[in-house]
Amino acid sequence: MGSDAVLSAVVKEHGMPKAQCPRPNVGRRVALVMIVCALFAVTPPAFAQVDLTGTWQRVGQNDNGNAREPVDLLGMPLSADGRAKALSYDIAALSATERQCQMYPPFYALVGPFPLQFVMVPDPVTQKLLAWKILGWGDRDETMIWMDGRPHPSKYAPHPHGGFTTGTWEGDTLTAVTTHAKLGDIKRHRGFSSDRATLIYRFNRHGDILTVTGILEDPVYLAEPYVLTENFRLTTNPNNFPLTACEPIEELPSLHENPALVPHYLPGKHPAMNEVTQRYNIPLEAVLGGPETMYPEYRKKIKDNYVMPPPCKESCGGPPPAAPPPAPTGRGAGPAPRP
Amino acid sequence: MRRAAIAALLIASGFVSLDAQRGAPQPPRPPKASAPIDLTGYWVSIVTQDWRWRMVTPRKGDYQGIQMTPEAARVADAWDPAKDEAAGEQCKSYGAAALMSVPGRLHITWQDDTSLKIETDAGTQTRLLKFGNVPTTADTPRTWQGASQAQWLMPRPNVPLQLRPADRAADTPPPNPAGGSLQVVTRNLRAGYLRKNGVPYSENAVMTEYWDLYKRPNGEEWLTITTQVDDPQYLRGARLTAPLFKKEPNGSKWDPTPCSARW
Repeated sequence: MGSDAVLSAVVKEHGMPKAQCPRPNVGRRVALVMIVCALFAVTPPAFAQVDLTGTWQRVGQNDNGNAREPVDLLGMPLSADGRAKALSYDIAALSATERQCQMYPPFYALVGPFPLQFVMVPDPVTQKLLAWKILGWGDRDETMIWMDGRPHPSKYAPHPHGGFTTGTWEGDTLTAVTTHAKLGDIKRHRGFSSDRATLIYRFNRHGDILTVTGILEDPVYLAEPYVLTENFRLTTNPNNFPLTACEPIEELPSLHENPALVPHYLPGKHPAMNEVTQRYNIPLEAVLGGPETMYPEYRKKIKDNYVMPPPCKESCGGPPPAAPPPAPTGRGAGPAPRP
Repeated sequence: MRRAAIAALLIASGFVSLDAQRGAPQPPRPPKASAPIDLTGYWVSIVTQDWRWRMVTPRKGDYQGIQMTPEAARVADAWDPAKDEAAGEQCKSYGAAALMSVPGRLHITWQDDTSLKIETDAGTQTRLLKFGNVPTTADTPRTWQGASQAQWLMPRPNVPLQLRPADRAADTPPPNPAGGSLQVVTRNLRAGYLRKNGVPYSENAVMTEYWDLYKRPNGEEWLTITTQVDDPQYLRGARLTAPLFKKEPNGSKWDPTPCSARW
């Protein structure tokens, strides 16, 4: 079916603009055309679609990417292997020469700090939608969401940083499935997904709000799906951090002097293991995550062990500090402050 | 043919209504019958985010993640659960603006053809989402759950832009859109807490929700509720969250508990 046929189908299905209809005439053929035009002219326009193009600023009113303590696995459905992997991780590993240009996996779109930049990729011949592209950030590769029905490649195919993603529309919701991503951390250095993970995104647009639900499944590091949501708001004033070429440099002299050194922690030796417990009185068993920690009944299990800590004194959030009163002006005012 | 041309002109000029062309107008189907998605059943909240503010009562003064006004901070700094208990206001953190983020289970049923009932086991609360007009007057009592007006949002028809080559080759018309979502606007609230440690919302807060369902091929069903709370008195900007629920096969884990000001 060529593009003309597609156009014909569109007209049949959705009608034709009134302006294209000829004026009344007495000719028989023209009358026939008029009948068709009249019928289409009163058909409600149905060309609307959900357009995702643009820059969507992260709202970020949750702790998806804001956890402060290095060991904060609260509510993460990690398997035993996933927990062991998380607790062995030393963020200094990112300074190793061979890891400095390692990117985050696609799930980072939900937990990273930057906006989502959606671009529509048309088929070069038909100009129909071929894919949606989420542009990359400085440390997350772009995600191409193929909409043309192509299959996912063999499990032995290369695993690029951005993975391989296909999408389908279900009503006004775009569902995308990503496979073939590399191993990477999924909550700002607190837990990992493997190269066998599958990520399902659901993109729901409601006005200028885009809600993304991410369902991550991983037979290696997760015992149950890890599901997060994030809201984004369409913006005309984006604060982007584009993906550019990465060049390794010497970050930690110790790693440079001894290239065989791999920063890590041995089992049970993570120095920040007890930070959340010390700061918030949350039992360590909860801090270490696991599927049971994300269900409401887990509250019963910790109720008797939890004592509310003293009031927050630092890094508590809240309103911004009040602006200083305006400096007095006029003859009685003192000298202007020096820059 | 001339008559047909005249008829066409009449239609085009609007003298003949669409209803007349399509036959007698059909009465609208009630919301229950026209529901594009089935929300009924038991749902459990999945607490994978904001854990330390939801699963335990956070310490006093912990306001991270909330864009509050200085007035809100003054109110929250004075939070005293004993006072709330003495005043019989243990349910202040179970009001509509916070309820869907309270860990627990939902039981969703149709109360009648135009009212969707949301019961929670945490705090034993009931929200009534009414389709159609929900009039409130100045003397309508304010409640923890307020007055919720609901409407179905139907998906727009798909267009060839989104068709795959295989679909186009088959010369098929654009596929019928499936699914939809539920929009709920809640007003007439009694002032309550957004967070258990006393972060307030006022009685003039307005909450707008979008309920989106996802049925996976493996049978799992997920519910995301995009929630926007607007309250210029206590919030410097809209509060936007998206609590998440997973469907359960039955109510065997339903566990009603009363409101608590401390836990």
